[in-house]
Amino acid sequence: MTRSFWTTRRRDQLTGYVFITPALVGAVAFVFLPLALVVWYSLHEWNVLADTFDFVGAENYRQLAADPNVPAVLRATALFSIGLVVLNLSLALLLAVLLNQKLRGTTVFRVLFFSPVVVSLLAWTIVWGFLLQDNGGVNGLLAAAGVEGPNWLRSGGTAMASVVVVQVFKNVGLNMVLFLAALQGVPGELYEAARTDGAGAWTVFRRITLPLISPTILLTSIITVVGSLQVFAQISVLTQGGPGTSTTVLVYYLYQQAFQFHAFGYGSTLSVLLFLIVLALTVLQWQMRKRWVFHES
Amino acid sequence: MKKIASLSVLALLGALTACGGGEAEAGGPVTLRMTTWSSNPAHVELFNGIAADYRKTNPDVTVTFEALPLENYTTTVTTQIAGGNPPDIAWILEAAAPDFVASGALTPLDESIENAADLSPAATALWRQDGKLMGYPFSTSPFGVFVNTDLLKQAGQTLPTGDRWTWENAVAAASATAAKTGKQGLVVRDFDYKDWTNLATVFRGWGAEAWSADGKTCGFDQQPMIDAMTFLHKAIFTGKALPAPGVAADFFAGESAMTIAQISRASLLKEAKFGWDLVPLPAGPSGEYSVIGQGGLGVLKKGEHAAAAADFVKFFTSPPNSAKLAQFFPPPRQSQLTADTLAKANPLLKPEQLQDVVIDGIDGGVVKPSHTGNAEISQAVRSALDPLWKPGADVPGVLRGVCTAINPLLAK
Repeated sequence: MTRSFWTTRRRDQLTGYVFITPALVGAVAFVFLPLALVVWYSLHEWNVLADTFDFVGAENYRQLAADPNVPAVLRATALFSIGLVVLNLSLALLLAVLLNQKLRGTTVFRVLFFSPVVVSLLAWTIVWGFLLQDNGGVNGLLAAAGVEGPNWLRSGGTAMASVVVVQVFKNVGLNMVLFLAALQGVPGELYEAARTDGAGAWTVFRRITLPLISPTILLTSIITVVGSLQVFAQISVLTQGGPGTSTTVLVYYLYQQAFQFHAFGYGSTLSVLLFLIVLALTVLQWQMRKRWVFHES
Repeated sequence: MKKIASLSVLALLGALTACGGGEAEAGGPVTLRMTTWSSNPAHVELFNGIAADYRKTNPDVTVTFEALPLENYTTTVTTQIAGGNPPDIAWILEAAAPDFVASGALTPLDESIENAADLSPAATALWRQDGKLMGYPFSTSPFGVFVNTDLLKQAGQTLPTGDRWTWENAVAAASATAAKTGKQGLVVRDFDYKDWTNLATVFRGWGAEAWSADGKTCGFDQQPMIDAMTFLHKAIFTGKALPAPGVAADFFAGESAMTIAQISRASLLKEAKFGWDLVPLPAGPSGEYSVIGQGGLGVLKKGEHAAAAADFVKFFTSPPNSAKLAQFFPPPRQSQLTADTLAKANPLLKPEQLQDVVIDGIDGGVVKPSHTGNAEISQAVRSALDPLWKPGADVPGVLRGVCTAINPLLAK
């Protein structure tokens, strides 16, 4: 007697594939296919206006290696990412620890700090653009306190800092909520045991809280790093990459090349570079988890 | 991949047309889309009126006007083209004209313009390729200075006239008015320390040019430009005659004493609550001069209904409609550039204002700087000029830096 083709194992496999099909189709159509197309475009010179699409091999990559603007662009990107990640994570953790106390009014503050997350990014940025003008609200407040504020978005030193701070205020609430959830998952008896052993607040935080929320720190840092590398709207609204090229980050530069200078091929090459940087950083962080992420099991 | 995709789309379309008998070309309803950078209600009403007139004889054709923000206008249109959704007709800024005209993206318009011999050769020069008219400069608009006479009066200033209307005196009046009223002095509209091409309305008074006529030599490090920019820097940071970087002020909302703008802005003064005047650009050390901003319109070759679009352009630019458009956009038609014709269309402006600013301005005017690869060059100039916009800047040093930045691009 021949065995039926549809063994239990095969049937299970089919069910599995059927379940993942919708997600797979979405991922192929909206992630893998565009990714492959960008790599393909990066091997071409594509002028939209002239309607030319010529294969140029590695020419765009040679241009990338020789582009005098790229070092400054990468520097600005790194500066933005480091500033954002450090400020965002430390502020989020600080807020989460403060709002984790059993005090009156913490819910109000939680809502207050989270609310910018649900505000439209563009609306948020445009309002900050007005506030940071030379004669805007921020300098108005400073003047009332007798301080002459700088021209935030127009001077080399403060433009990048302003963009970072605007973005931190926008998104710090999200990381704060994630940290809050993690903090509340730390078993209370561990704290009790530590205090019984005579540990101070700082030691408790360093030896118990930090290790137990380290998976969340890893998650938030990956999300924040990847997000920071893709910043665009804030730069486009607040500084347009200036003054000089001090806030021209990689995504803004590739937008300029592709959409303003009509060099879609070279723009695609810059996207490939961005993809590789994000990939490398994510892999690196994932590897580092073995060293500093604490797992119970 | 793109070619394969296009081919398969073509094949599919071919199959569909074979089944459907090619109805699209045979006169089914057509919707034409024209992209513009004006959402001014008065402009939109006029465009819709012309489109409605066209529909009377062409009931199957609907024309829609899509107003896009000016600051990203060319980028948005280019993105639409890249995304396979080009407008049928697009307004084109003079800065982008060399790229659009040279790229072959536009359909020649020689057949679509009635009485083309009437077009001013100076106005159409930028829009021709090998003698063919690739874009129609529907707006050839000289820059003038709008003055808030009430603010000047309030500050005890009078507008210098005749030979006394010089940059030196204009800036002095602006500076004194700003100091006295707490409002801003002179605003170079749409410059905002970004779109430096609008500064041509100032530096041409010193005979300065961004680059030579052949586009090969940088003009920023030449003496006339150094003199002009030194004057401007002093006016901003010492005289406080212009708003400092990062300070917003809208003349048309009564926030500044003067503004340099094109006459199409006069419509914003319809309900102005202050007295105003319009005068030509002040004379500079190199004498009187005028600067023109142009807007053209072109039919995109890749548009779905290029033939229908060209036919609508013929109607839109015909002498009667050109006369209607003249109330906002000075036409390139020489026969309509008379004080009489313009006065009929511009009830807000006095005949002498039209003569001095518009007619004389177009006569001797030079179009704002433009170049092939304009966006990249403009961006490089903008970045390199940024260090100039602070007190104590080394003007000649910064301007040399501009040339260092754009020389490789000019040589392309």
